[in-house]
Amino acid sequence: MPSVEFQSQILDLLNYLDKRPSNDCFAFNCPIEKLIDCMSALRDRLDFDLLVDATAIDWDQESPRYSVVYHLYSTSNREYLRIVSNCSNDTHPQAPSISELYPAADWHERETFDLFGIHYTNHPNLKRILMWDEYPYHPLRKDFPLAGIPTDLPAPDVVEVTGASVKSAPLMGGPFVSSHGKHTSGSEPKGKDQSWTESDVKPAT
Amino acid sequence: MAIKEISIGDTSTQASEVAEFQSEKMELNLGPSHPTTHGVLRVVLEMDGDVITKAEPVIGYLHRGDEKLAENMTYNQFVPYTDRLDYLAPLANNVTYAIAVEKLAGLELPPRCQAIRVLISELARISSHLLGLGVYGMDTGAWTPFMYCFTEREKLYTLFEELTGARFTTSYTRIGGVARDLPDGWTDRVIKFCDNLPSVIETLEKLLTRNKIFTDRTQGIGVISKEDALAYGITGPNLRASGVDLDLRKDKPYSGYENYDFDVPIGTTGDCYDRYLVRVEELYQSIRIVRQVIDKLPDGAWYAEEAKQIFSPPKDKVLTSMEELIQNFMITTEGPKMPEGEVYFEGENPKGALGFFVVSKGGGVPYRLKIRGPSFCNLSILEKLVPGHMMTDITVILGSLDFVMGECDR
Repeated sequence: MPSVEFQSQILDLLNYLDKRPSNDCFAFNCPIEKLIDCMSALRDRLDFDLLVDATAIDWDQESPRYSVVYHLYSTSNREYLRIVSNCSNDTHPQAPSISELYPAADWHERETFDLFGIHYTNHPNLKRILMWDEYPYHPLRKDFPLAGIPTDLPAPDVVEVTGASVKSAPLMGGPFVSSHGKHTSGSEPKGKDQSWTESDVKPAT
Repeated sequence: MAIKEISIGDTSTQASEVAEFQSEKMELNLGPSHPTTHGVLRVVLEMDGDVITKAEPVIGYLHRGDEKLAENMTYNQFVPYTDRLDYLAPLANNVTYAIAVEKLAGLELPPRCQAIRVLISELARISSHLLGLGVYGMDTGAWTPFMYCFTEREKLYTLFEELTGARFTTSYTRIGGVARDLPDGWTDRVIKFCDNLPSVIETLEKLLTRNKIFTDRTQGIGVISKEDALAYGITGPNLRASGVDLDLRKDKPYSGYENYDFDVPIGTTGDCYDRYLVRVEELYQSIRIVRQVIDKLPDGAWYAEEAKQIFSPPKDKVLTSMEELIQNFMITTEGPKMPEGEVYFEGENPKGALGFFVVSKGGGVPYRLKIRGPSFCNLSILEKLVPGHMMTDITVILGSLDFVMGECDR
């Protein structure tokens, strides 16, 4: 287990950090306006030289809705650290880019922008990385359906001639959904579009 | 215009020399379907004659939305999807994923289960490195090493088939254990395989290590400095080839890796040749670990018996005992009972550190599952690494990075 002195050392140095509940490494909440300051202090003064992961979480109905999450590793202290910041705007979430401090963040932030729609200010090349450039949605947001939403094909010239589109995936026999906490029969594995049970009547087609 | 010799490999002087010869630039599209790209990687190259002046990797051709899928299924149902991350070492992915979720549950596994997991992780590493090295030989124009490596890999796949029932998509681990115990006499066949493997690696080394064509094409090419490697988040053999001593099996031991004796090979210059040497040595070290595991393999349970709400009971008990039947039903329908919390776990996979960030709000379904694919980070340096090299070097650089698009695009 990581040492408690180490935790207080971080808190002494960066007094704006808040402890965050975590099941493994130390985790801190950081105000988003202090994020750059925090990251550069961690890198230069506490020797967290490796940014292993940067991502985001969509808290759905809660506010603040989006949090950006960073995982750092120190090769000299052999410690992990998690930094979480809440984005202030729920409809147009923004976060400062740390790609100048950690070049590794460049692609991670592009991916988070692609899948969550979080705009990283001062990012050198903020464009989609996994989906194609013209794609209109951010698929990892909680309000995006698993099956997808029909869109135009990636090639606009082909769409112009053929009118073809990307269709949403049929979910019959697709990924199972087990919603917990309800009646057992409601949480049996089933295709998501078969949402009827004994109590909920099958919708008329 | 006078003809001036351009020195290859020294990027800084070369950039100025290239600027002197500024002529019409050409855009060249490498991939996404091209034999040297080892998958569906596309690199848009800007060429000045034969020298690359700009490289832009374009990824996402194998994006399947694994993270979205994970939010819509129980923890055990996601195991088969982990096979498809680094599809050259599915067993290692299974193990890393299972440990990440068990860390969330705070589950301690019995020693036999841990040993089995170390054993299969190392076999997966051997299989992945055999492919990586064989294909790397092919990238530099040597066909024979590939055949030697594939013959051995074929034997390993037969062993995997006997263990898991599948050659490729193994899905062997479960949350709280493994799918089944080792078959009778299986470890003897693994030892037999390990007895034979060193002679094959020696053959491979005879064909490549001192081969003039191979060394000329790899030494001093694609040099990644220590600082760059860390800054770009490179992990695994690629990072160690650059001289950084980071091996999670040693630094953050998991699944009982601290009980085994092995060395971590470190490179010095971080060029394509070093990355080759590190992988060759890791093969020998993996054999060492495999032998020790089989030597000390403990008896006892191969799944966490006390974790009644997490691990499905053995099939014979399900069919004969009421309590186990209920337990099996609840885990199948609602998923394993997990506490709330956030957990990040990285395992030392053949390609680098494969990480899983699990956010749970309780219940059997993850609220958010982020997969940190090592190949994703290893490829992000291409934009900086490739410019200044010749067109023919890009096959060698890509081969030496040994990436897999399955875990890059997820």
